[in-house]
Amino acid sequence: MKTRIVLNVAPVPENSFGSRTLSWWGTIAFMSLEGMGFALAAGAYLYLRTIEPNWPMSVPPPDLLPGTLVTIILLVSVIPNYFLEHWARAYDTVKVRVGLVVMTLLGIAPVIVRAFEFPALRERWDSDAYGSIVWFLLGLHTTHLLTDLGDTVVLAVLMFTRHGENPRRFSDTSDNAFYWYFVVLSWLPIYFVLYWLPRLP
Amino acid sequence: MSAGSEPLRDTDLGEAELEARITSLWRTPRGLIGWLSSVDHKQIALRYIVTAFLFMGLAGIGAVLMRLQLATPDAHVVGPDRYDQLFTMHGSTMMFLFAVPIMQAVGLYFVPLMIGTRDVAFPRLNAFSYWMYLFGGLMLWFCFLSNNGPDVGWFSYTPLALTQYNVGHRADFWAQMITYTEVAGLAVAAITIVTVFKMRAPGMTLDRIPVFVWAALVTAFMVLFAMPAVMVASTMLILDRLVNTHFFDVSLGGDSLLWQHLFWFFGHPEVYFIFIPATGFVSTIIPVFARRPMFGHTAVVLSLVATGFLSFGLWVHHMFVTGLPRLGESFFTASSMAIAVPSGVQIFCWIATLWSGRPRFATPLLFVLGFIFNFVIGGMTGVMVASVPLDTQVHDTYFVVAHLHYVLIGGSVFPLIAAVYYWFPKVSGRMLSETLGKWNFWIAFIGFNLTFFPMHILGLEGMPRRVYTYSADMPWGGLNLLSTIGAIIFAFSFLMLFWNIARSLMRGAAAGSNPWDAETLEWATTSPPPPQNFTRIPVVSSLMPLWENRETLPAITGMRADRREVLVGTLTEAEPDLRESSPDPSIWPLFAAIATGITFLWSIYTPWAVIYGALPITITLIGWFWPKGTKEDES
Repeated sequence: MKTRIVLNVAPVPENSFGSRTLSWWGTIAFMSLEGMGFALAAGAYLYLRTIEPNWPMSVPPPDLLPGTLVTIILLVSVIPNYFLEHWARAYDTVKVRVGLVVMTLLGIAPVIVRAFEFPALRERWDSDAYGSIVWFLLGLHTTHLLTDLGDTVVLAVLMFTRHGENPRRFSDTSDNAFYWYFVVLSWLPIYFVLYWLPRLP
Repeated sequence: MSAGSEPLRDTDLGEAELEARITSLWRTPRGLIGWLSSVDHKQIALRYIVTAFLFMGLAGIGAVLMRLQLATPDAHVVGPDRYDQLFTMHGSTMMFLFAVPIMQAVGLYFVPLMIGTRDVAFPRLNAFSYWMYLFGGLMLWFCFLSNNGPDVGWFSYTPLALTQYNVGHRADFWAQMITYTEVAGLAVAAITIVTVFKMRAPGMTLDRIPVFVWAALVTAFMVLFAMPAVMVASTMLILDRLVNTHFFDVSLGGDSLLWQHLFWFFGHPEVYFIFIPATGFVSTIIPVFARRPMFGHTAVVLSLVATGFLSFGLWVHHMFVTGLPRLGESFFTASSMAIAVPSGVQIFCWIATLWSGRPRFATPLLFVLGFIFNFVIGGMTGVMVASVPLDTQVHDTYFVVAHLHYVLIGGSVFPLIAAVYYWFPKVSGRMLSETLGKWNFWIAFIGFNLTFFPMHILGLEGMPRRVYTYSADMPWGGLNLLSTIGAIIFAFSFLMLFWNIARSLMRGAAAGSNPWDAETLEWATTSPPPPQNFTRIPVVSSLMPLWENRETLPAITGMRADRREVLVGTLTEAEPDLRESSPDPSIWPLFAAIATGITFLWSIYTPWAVIYGALPITITLIGWFWPKGTKEDES
């Protein structure tokens, strides 16, 4: 079909941030489906708890220390994450490099403490349904921690190469920071379910 | 923001030169590597569609085998073990490898064309999703052919699917097939949502979005929130089987009904993400063949959205005989009946459109009319089984088999065939034979009803589903034979369809760009569409752009002509907001799918595979995302 020109889009920019971009919406979509997975897993926990008179079934509630430590680290990490997102939007290469290194370290730290969280559950996955569901929930969140850490590491390395100067990398950094908020926020209800729910009367 | 001189734009080039240049930018490279690297949404969607039809053929052969076995009492076509595998493979394949993927794939092909853009939002993720789907399907069928097919039904109920009743790896293959196909389905859902939200042509405000695009969008949202349930469930199942967790083990605090809740929380919306795109086909085809705008466009769109929401509140009606609390059952009876309302609204709008139009009864419309007839029957038996006492009586009988085939085949496959006849000219550039098409319709319509209507009566007479044979003193022989004859006729109708396609590809009449005089944007471009879909992205000022603009199509200028570029707009108003590059072809999504696929398969044999597989997956993902210095990697 023949066309007639009615609009010139040349003045429209080629790079942007947040909800103006495709990748931000892609991130939202993946957060939604992963959040749904978390919600269903937490739902399964509540379901099993409802039908089981003793909960936890044969052990005391999990040791609070490692999980709480992870929570604190994650909450603290939100502050540099906020600044990193801010610097990315300002196209500040030097600060973004620093920010990504800091966020890499703050991604590694909870993973290390997480290694102590599994034993702190005080129950193996194959002992009973309680053990199975708590390992499942913690495993699910650990997968998220690891994938975002991987993403952050790759971005950090990229930022120090010749590809780092491209505006697209700053948008990627901003999306990565956005996703980290999800990793932190999704942890809070899981933390509550794993550590505090068994302590409720 | 590119460094140095101004980039080349479409304003710098003449019409012919621009077209050649944009086409070569978007063309998939030649050769095997090029073919494997394709990120063209049309090629990937076609691969999905062809693969899904092949799986349908396999599952259809399985169905005919089962019908032959049941044609007479005490038959010995297949033994009980093979029969168990057959019905499991039939259901699993039709639901997970045919119906859902093909509905999503038709969207993958036509959504970008209908909204006037050049590709989907994440083309490489799209390629990855297809490979994952293909590997999952092939794995399942290789297992079946080596006599290792799953044999516990397509919903794989526990405790039957746990290791104490199911030794070996049959149920594991089923569970991992779910993982593969759901990764694919979820990826396509995310792609579809972002494409529809952000890549619509300028001017395509919410009220100018074609109904089929709405249907694809609603479906994508449903997939996004329903499929995680079956992934969680199948992961728990495989963990119970392989590393001795106890999610479904009643003796150690687990619960069998947890499986049913999780499965049906997905499984019921699944029915609707097969059905909603089908109604999208119907609402696309009816106005074109009634030669008038859709009656009640807004009501139809709202019905789609309402159906999407309501479909999440019905799952317990699959569990009425499990002894749930009465109040809960009543709620789910009410919601199961309520969902008939938006479907009814749509049916009345279709009838009104046809009634007040000047219908031409070409093959697509015949299949649509067949759909309305069959689906109304399926819908009515649906309202019947929504009632607890009736459901208790007919649960697990052939009445339910009849009902579900009326809704799934009548409600989705008939519209799908209508869509094949309708859109084939766009995809191939050639028309299908109308004569063969009409024969195709009548053979399919008669074969289908002959196969499945008798099953209602068989069910009321007490014949249970999933029995491999029955004895001669049961009064079921005659109707079963009738049903088998119907199945053979129905299978023949698919051979006619495939013959029509093959014949048309060889010597079909040329279609031209808009053979049906349709109103949506996919008909504005050539048949088949060029790699870039549109050399100049159109501007939309109406719900029916091609009926409003019969001579020339309003379009934009100012796009770059030196890289793959798409226009990103605002969410509701679709105002141009950003020009983003679109990724060029890459082999890495295939490598990533191979690494992921091997990891999933290996994990059936050792849980350590998840650790071993992490490294190759990471490497392939880095290969995928690492910038190669092309213009498409930058902004």
